[in-house]
Amino acid sequence: MSKRIDVEHLKVYYGDFLAVDDITMQIEPRAVTAFIGPSGCGKSTFLRTLNRMHEVIPGAYVEGKVNLDGENLYAKGVDPVRVRSQVGMVFQRPNPFPTMSIRDNVLAGVKLNSRRIARSDADELVESSLRSANLWNEVKDRLDKPGSGLSGGQQQRLCIARSIAVRPDVILMDEPCSALDPISTLAVEDLINELKAEYTVVIVTHNMQQAARVSDKTAFFNIAGTGKPGRLIEYAPTQEIFNKPQEKATEDYVSGRFG
Amino acid sequence: MSIATTSSKLIGRQAPRWLPLLIGLCALILGAALSALIGFSIGLWAVFAGLIFVIAGPVVVGMLEGSRKGKDAFARYLIYGAFLLALIPLVSVIWVVLGRGVPGLSGNLLGTSMNGVSGVTDNEAAQGGPAYGGAYHAIVGTVMITFWATLMSVPIGLLTAVFLTEYSDSNRAFRWMGRVITFLVDVMTGIPSIVAGLFAVALFVQVLGDPSARFGFIASIALSVLMIPTVVRNTEEMLKIVPNELREASYALGVRKWRTITKVVIPTAMSGISSGVTLAIARVIGETAPILVTAGFVASINFNAFSGWMTTLPTFIYYQIMNPTSPTNPQVSEDRAWASALILIILVMILNLAARLIAKIFAPKTGR
Repeated sequence: MSKRIDVEHLKVYYGDFLAVDDITMQIEPRAVTAFIGPSGCGKSTFLRTLNRMHEVIPGAYVEGKVNLDGENLYAKGVDPVRVRSQVGMVFQRPNPFPTMSIRDNVLAGVKLNSRRIARSDADELVESSLRSANLWNEVKDRLDKPGSGLSGGQQQRLCIARSIAVRPDVILMDEPCSALDPISTLAVEDLINELKAEYTVVIVTHNMQQAARVSDKTAFFNIAGTGKPGRLIEYAPTQEIFNKPQEKATEDYVSGRFG
Repeated sequence: MSIATTSSKLIGRQAPRWLPLLIGLCALILGAALSALIGFSIGLWAVFAGLIFVIAGPVVVGMLEGSRKGKDAFARYLIYGAFLLALIPLVSVIWVVLGRGVPGLSGNLLGTSMNGVSGVTDNEAAQGGPAYGGAYHAIVGTVMITFWATLMSVPIGLLTAVFLTEYSDSNRAFRWMGRVITFLVDVMTGIPSIVAGLFAVALFVQVLGDPSARFGFIASIALSVLMIPTVVRNTEEMLKIVPNELREASYALGVRKWRTITKVVIPTAMSGISSGVTLAIARVIGETAPILVTAGFVASINFNAFSGWMTTLPTFIYYQIMNPTSPTNPQVSEDRAWASALILIILVMILNLAARLIAKIFAPKTGR
């Protein structure tokens, strides 16, 4: 269920603008990898290239390779839709479908693809997904109520349940807790810890304590200045990044001194 | 109470809540007096009363509460005035149509056509005999022609809007096409309805090679020329306000673009789209000129939009007023015309309610 990702010399463009320059890194399966770095350094942009969401933006493209267990996502003829069903994504702001109930939101990945699913299987899938997202006990009595009626933290966990329900190999999370209060954040972090038993998890975060708490490996991205491309500065086990970083920039950033 | 409040530093002097009513009353009385000086008429009275209301209100509030509140009150009283002004035509139209239409409304009017009804029958009706003849054929014509027009315009308009919002950014050729389409839709918005009618006739005369080709479907074509730009414009706006996050959420689940559009984007925008479609229908259902040149005018019932002339409610009303069935007793025809006008308004209202219902079913759900 869990796959490794090998990125080779990846360059990410928005039209003519080079946003992220020459990234090479290996993301381990059954582990949590955190991306940290200042705003605008390309962490989210890079994250979106890992499930080909980057090219949804008009004019955006990449050069280089992203191998998912050895298969290049950007090889000729690869269907981005298939990639996305294997590499799920959770966004910064919770975005449950407003026209659907909680149950339908969880089943969205199945139903929107009009795959037939027996009612009992659907019930099972809803329960198992919501249980893995630590949301089942809170919503089991109101599965037919709209998903937008939940609190922000519950909505975000609903979105995670929705991603899990399509059984991906990798889950990408783009600042999943930035819109949540500390209690909901804790719930999501616990969840991330459980998810890594089965999935490859990649998380972008601005919160360094969060990166330290949840991740096994951490990648630090930085940008030389406005208009310059973002680069991967240092990639190492989280302990090392926070305790004895090799690069000066990393040390400045994680200790709160920069510039 | 006012004495107690002035002692607070946070609460300034406040005008009493019944002040607008008092000023309105004074404005009515003063307006009546002023207009009586010149020569009383209801119109003049309303103008004077309105002017006094909009000027005196802010002045009084300004003296009581200070100049900032006075300016605020000026805007507020202007809105009250504009609201009443806007209400006048609406209420008077409904009032007049109800008053003159309800007496003519009968099972006969709703259930029979004008077939065989002549000046003789109308003269007898005017002398106390039974009134024959009705608008059934016109109701049928309106429904059929509008139905076909809607059936053509909504898919074309919806798909055009989907192309413009979802696809026209994806490559250079599409971008160029999108710009051309937007331009053409803008041009279409400004086409006068009679021109649309003449276009439809000319088209069918060319296609069928029959210079006298007139039937309901030609009218539907003319109406859809008028409807499509409205539907496109409105749907485009509605699709644009669907947050991009929902599209991305759907893509991230491995859902294809087309299914994302049909299952996520359109349902989310459905309430706005349906009310836009209703507005477009309401706009064309009252068209008269393009119907006359495309579908002709008959007194008998015709359900088939693809052959034979058809009458719609607006053309029926027009003919009943301009060419009364019995020129010596036009009253009977006028009753029919007013009742038909009432039916037309009711039809549009039913459409509106239907759109509300659709909007409610599809609206993003709230509540816990």
